[in-house]
Amino acid sequence: MIDTSYIGHVTDPYAVTVEKGRLRDFARATGQSDRVYLDEEAAKAAGYRGLLAPPTYLFSLDLDREDPFYFITLLKIDIAKVLHGEQAFTYGAPMCAGDTITLVSKVTDIYAKKGGAMEFVHLKTSATNQLGEDAGSMTRTVIVRHPQ
Amino acid sequence: MTMPTYAEIKVGDALPPLTTKEITRTTLALFAGASGDHNPIHIDIDFAKRAGMPDVFAHGMLNMAYLGRLLTGWVPQSALREFTTRFVSITQVHAVITCTGKVVEKRDGNLVALEIEAADQNGEVKLAGTALIELP
Repeated sequence: MIDTSYIGHVTDPYAVTVEKGRLRDFARATGQSDRVYLDEEAAKAAGYRGLLAPPTYLFSLDLDREDPFYFITLLKIDIAKVLHGEQAFTYGAPMCAGDTITLVSKVTDIYAKKGGAMEFVHLKTSATNQLGEDAGSMTRTVIVRHPQ
Repeated sequence: MTMPTYAEIKVGDALPPLTTKEITRTTLALFAGASGDHNPIHIDIDFAKRAGMPDVFAHGMLNMAYLGRLLTGWVPQSALREFTTRFVSITQVHAVITCTGKVVEKRDGNLVALEIEAADQNGEVKLAGTALIELP
């Protein structure tokens, strides 16, 4: 069982730069044709500082960490048993190429279902930009399977 | 893009659907690099087979990115307030995904709640979720 005393645990802040090339690669890989995600001039014409990071990009910023599975490591979970159950985003100031985003993650819940056959972890990651503005948040629900 | 207004939106209105190109192995390789999700289960068939899977399968977040395109194809991203999905089933390589959405509720504050879904070419639901949009 996962140690529930980690509920409330907060990670150290992690600062990451939103990179123009990665945003363009992401847009291409997802079949995006909207110019605000591909063309810096179009993004600026639309009022953004630079290329716009798409709605799910915060997830990718969090994967930039040296250990992208930092919370799996923290909670001593066997990664082979992990499923991504749910993913939620809330939005604040837009994130654009060139921004520096500071991420802080918090374990908001750990609980078991089905007599312990499945455990659930909720991890909320909050983003703040270089201007100190709220740049949104995401909450992932990770399912850990314990087949009996 | 002509943005819909709160006044003209009705419960039951559908978003223009979005159908992707076939998800190829190249798609998965490019998405792995671009998204930073390098889990070999999505890009290395040898690893996938050792893990007991018949083949590599798509990143759940690739489908969520497609659902994001559904939303930002309907309204500018600045209108997006919340976006949530459940990962319902695995998406096999070679799938063609269709994203759909409809308005299920109008709320105070010019907010509209959507139900959204990503399904493959056989109609099997891959992701199901909700979004909250603020309209002018």
